[in-house]
Amino acid sequence: MESHERLSAPLVLEYPFTRTTGPVIGAFLTGLREKIVLGIKRKDGSVLVPPTEYDPETSEGLTDMVEVDQTGEVITWTWVQEPRDQSPWDSPHALAMIKLDGADTPLLHAVLVDNPESLKTGTRVRIKWREKTEGHIKDIEGFLPMEGDDD
Amino acid sequence: MTEISVPSSLDGVEPVQSVRTPIRMEYTFTPGVAAQTYLREFANKKILGVVSPVDGAVLVPPRGADSRHGALCDEFIEMPHTGHIGSFCVTNVPIPGRELDLPYISAWIFLDGADIGFLNLVAECPPEECRIGMRVEAVWKPDEEIGMTAENILYWKPTGEPDIPFEAAGVRGWHVGKEDQTNA
Repeated sequence: MESHERLSAPLVLEYPFTRTTGPVIGAFLTGLREKIVLGIKRKDGSVLVPPTEYDPETSEGLTDMVEVDQTGEVITWTWVQEPRDQSPWDSPHALAMIKLDGADTPLLHAVLVDNPESLKTGTRVRIKWREKTEGHIKDIEGFLPMEGDDD
Repeated sequence: MTEISVPSSLDGVEPVQSVRTPIRMEYTFTPGVAAQTYLREFANKKILGVVSPVDGAVLVPPRGADSRHGALCDEFIEMPHTGHIGSFCVTNVPIPGRELDLPYISAWIFLDGADIGFLNLVAECPPEECRIGMRVEAVWKPDEEIGMTAENILYWKPTGEPDIPFEAAGVRGWHVGKEDQTNA
């Protein structure tokens, strides 16, 4: 066979999905639009945030949604120095598992600090809401450390 | 549906029932040897197939191997630009991101001498006249627009020749054996 320069070309796959939420995620997103965070109560009284329709251990249906606080604690985190093009965030930030006060499970979201030195496991954080909310996880712009807050 | 209880602060507010979750993936596509060979000749308005070393089946477009046997296929042959419709579908409902006038016909095209088909558009043919076994030919883009892309062939149009028999159309030709030459 003749020798040629190897071919390559950009290939973009894009799907404009709209998904139905179901009753539990729907209520969670409704809460975000109203700037509150909902979890769901298990039989033993513990609260899952984000909520699930079924108990992850017993598989029983869960129905009792409760509001949790808008403050919480960083359980673990990693630093994102160069967010990718598709990232919701343009600037360097932390991605963290955040356990909100009143919840027993952590939620994955960003902590908006300028450098990794500003964050530690255990740092107390507070939700920063977007001005305009629409019922999407991005209604939370991120979390901010509570240093200086009266907490 | 299960009744979910929510805090009273959400009483009476419009519930969220759907959420947009668009997905976008950006790849750099690097074709393998078979696809590269095919694409270079496609840019010269030639359609290549490969011959299976196992039973001589002609596979187009080439994928480098006979997937039935896992056998390497490195013998390329040039194919004619005519064939028949093995099966087809008339689309009457618009699909987001696909800008084609409705209704349009997509069909499995079996080139003369080929043992497998490929999916492409059929036009210059009213949907009610499209048939399994109908003979078609390629309509290419103007020469100056031809490149190494699947878009070289705009669509396939009827040749006006007599149909091939329904029983011999499409993948049926695959099963009846090469000796019958049912696939025209």
